[in-house]
Amino acid sequence: MAGKEKNKNKVSYAKWGYIFLVPFFVIYIIFSLIPLISTFYNSLFENYRSGLTQIGPTFVGLQNFVTIFQSDLPKYFGNTLILWVLGFIPQITISLLLAIWFTDLKLRLKATGFFKTVIYLPNVIMAASFAMLFFALFSDEGPINDLLISMGILGVPFRFMSSVWGTRGLIGLMNFMMWFGNTTIMLMAAIMGVDKALFEAAEIDGAKSFQIFTKITIPTIKPIFIYVLITSLVGGLQMFDVPQVLTNGKGTPDRTSTTLIMFLNNHLYSKNYGMAGALSVILFIVTGILSLIVFSTLTGGFQHKKKAGEKK
Amino acid sequence: MRKRMFSLVLCAAMMAGMVTGCGSGAATGTAGDAGAAESTGAAAEGTAATQAAGGDAGKVVNIYCWNDEFKARYDDYYASKLPDGYTVNFITTPSENNAYQNALDEALLNQESAAADDKVDMFLVEADYILKYVNSDATMDIKEIGITDDDMSKQYDYTKVIAQDTNGAQKGISWQGCPGLYIYRRSVAKEVLGTDDPAKVQEYIKDWSAFDETAAKMKDAGYFMVSGYDDTYRTFSNNVSAPWVDADLNVVIDPKMEQWVEQTEDYTAKGYNEKTKLWAPEWAAGQGPTGKVFGYFMPAWGVDFVMAGNSLEKAEADGGKQEVGNGCYGDWGATTGPESYNWGGTWICAASGTDNGEIVADIMKTICCDDETMKKIVEEKNDFVNNKTVMEDMAKSDYSSAFLGGQNPLQMYCDAAAKIDMSKISPYDQGLNEEFQNCMRDYFDGNVDYDTALQNFYTVIKEKYPELKTN
Repeated sequence: MAGKEKNKNKVSYAKWGYIFLVPFFVIYIIFSLIPLISTFYNSLFENYRSGLTQIGPTFVGLQNFVTIFQSDLPKYFGNTLILWVLGFIPQITISLLLAIWFTDLKLRLKATGFFKTVIYLPNVIMAASFAMLFFALFSDEGPINDLLISMGILGVPFRFMSSVWGTRGLIGLMNFMMWFGNTTIMLMAAIMGVDKALFEAAEIDGAKSFQIFTKITIPTIKPIFIYVLITSLVGGLQMFDVPQVLTNGKGTPDRTSTTLIMFLNNHLYSKNYGMAGALSVILFIVTGILSLIVFSTLTGGFQHKKKAGEKK
Repeated sequence: MRKRMFSLVLCAAMMAGMVTGCGSGAATGTAGDAGAAESTGAAAEGTAATQAAGGDAGKVVNIYCWNDEFKARYDDYYASKLPDGYTVNFITTPSENNAYQNALDEALLNQESAAADDKVDMFLVEADYILKYVNSDATMDIKEIGITDDDMSKQYDYTKVIAQDTNGAQKGISWQGCPGLYIYRRSVAKEVLGTDDPAKVQEYIKDWSAFDETAAKMKDAGYFMVSGYDDTYRTFSNNVSAPWVDADLNVVIDPKMEQWVEQTEDYTAKGYNEKTKLWAPEWAAGQGPTGKVFGYFMPAWGVDFVMAGNSLEKAEADGGKQEVGNGCYGDWGATTGPESYNWGGTWICAASGTDNGEIVADIMKTICCDDETMKKIVEEKNDFVNNKTVMEDMAKSDYSSAFLGGQNPLQMYCDAAAKIDMSKISPYDQGLNEEFQNCMRDYFDGNVDYDTALQNFYTVIKEKYPELKTN
């Protein structure tokens, strides 16, 4: 009886493992893998709608890719990167600073829980409504301009949405505000994961705060730091809702705030599945390469650490 | 063993919970539907009691539109005539960025497979893209649903011709004409020009060079001649020598369009405009009590539907009324301006495959053909209706518009309507007009030079209409 039961258990446990995995794979195949493959497939066809007439689908090979590389693709790629950098630099600086302050026991900050919640709050607001809010606040005769004029800083309203760097700056500011809370919490987790003995030892050896930061904190949290960098970059490449809503889908002025996904969206507006598919494939490849980089850095980083430990 | 039994029971309980969850959901749904059907029945008081819920299938009239202008006409002049048992649904999608057309196309392409209650019965189109629908199978010849030549005999010719396909089938009908005038602020005219009499003001803006001179005077007095970049656009775009797109699908920039760019660039440099954007809050504020803009190019619908509301000190939403004394309502006058033009206009089309043809025809006959109703629309709504007899009569009557300070502008509208030529339109006009204005903004704002702006225009229209060719 007992032996039988033991045998049974062995078999069924392994079986259950697979059964519990099934839902994930079914959902992944239906909602991710099939669309992914059909995107590749669609990118090889001329397929759009002219008014009420459907053109195609006709097989055109790689023609869509040729057309897309002849278009302004590099410009939109540049726009996207610039917009991402504008948001990311202040985001990572402030987040790092806050993470260090919040985790520093010497400072004995009060109500950190409250501040952590507050800095995370902008992320809770939907990006579209956040952009609408900024659009209203910074419009030509909006409250911000009124304020600046009544304070005597400006003589005439500054037309944010008509200026290249005004618009880009607002998008950067919004992305910064939305994401610095999230990054702070991730970096805090990373710093708290570091053995406190390291910091104490450094202090006893007479290291200054700045030295501790550059010599201990940064190297030890490097994997998480790179993770934050790359996920933010991948997210930044897919930037869409904030500039789309702020510029009313036009990417103005002079298409300098048109991101890659807005470019994609423009093609989808004419139901141009061929071009949109080709653009998606390009984005997939770029994102894939970036993900590989993060993967190798992360795993490589851990191996390095282990080796160092062994040597000791 | 006991453990496994326990987990089995738990699983069973969970499954049961899910099933009952679904079941009860479905039950509520049915109950809700029944309730809705009952209330429809109740609303249609006086219907024969035998009318079962099932018998109502298809008696839902779906109307696609982009704003509530037509809905207002429908509510005021047709809703009470709707036969019992019918429901009318308005499906509204804003028109900007071709969103309305895309939503409509989607619905029309699914027309055949749609359930009877979801079929498009009727939809509204603008002059900018009417040809796309007129020359397609998605629209019906309205003669098939019973609109006769006789019904349409009093309509302005251009409103009929524009809605005919290449075989001459009448695919749409309109209740309004959209000749545009220059609507100016009387108090400013008096202050700067010394008169607010429409005929005398017309002398100051009778052609573009006179318009320029007056603009300079306005600037000196602290006013703006026009509100933004787009305000004179229609006076040029409606007088082009050829359509936007030629027979080989090449996009052609007409000399008139270049003229608009030059003029607007010049006005911006000289400070004759306020740099606003059409429909933006700043643009609308220029029509309000504190506005500094001398005048606006507007057709009749713009006067009634846009300016009258914007002119109020206390908005209608806050309980204000459209009456003289509220804001600058009544401080306006109308005059022909430098050039006659047409702006917009809404046509009603019957969708192929409609199952409520008789209701669609009845709405068309009432709102677009019936003298009595159309006269009321002019009197009550200040719209310019598509009925020569009514308009000529009203122009000679003692009709007066309170918004225009008691003026009767109808003769001017009638004269302008007679000059309208709508033969230079293309099916792509909405996208092209919108993007041309949008891309040229960068040039006027000083962000780019003219060639770059033009290049951006070509880029964006090729995204919107991949079949178009540009140089």
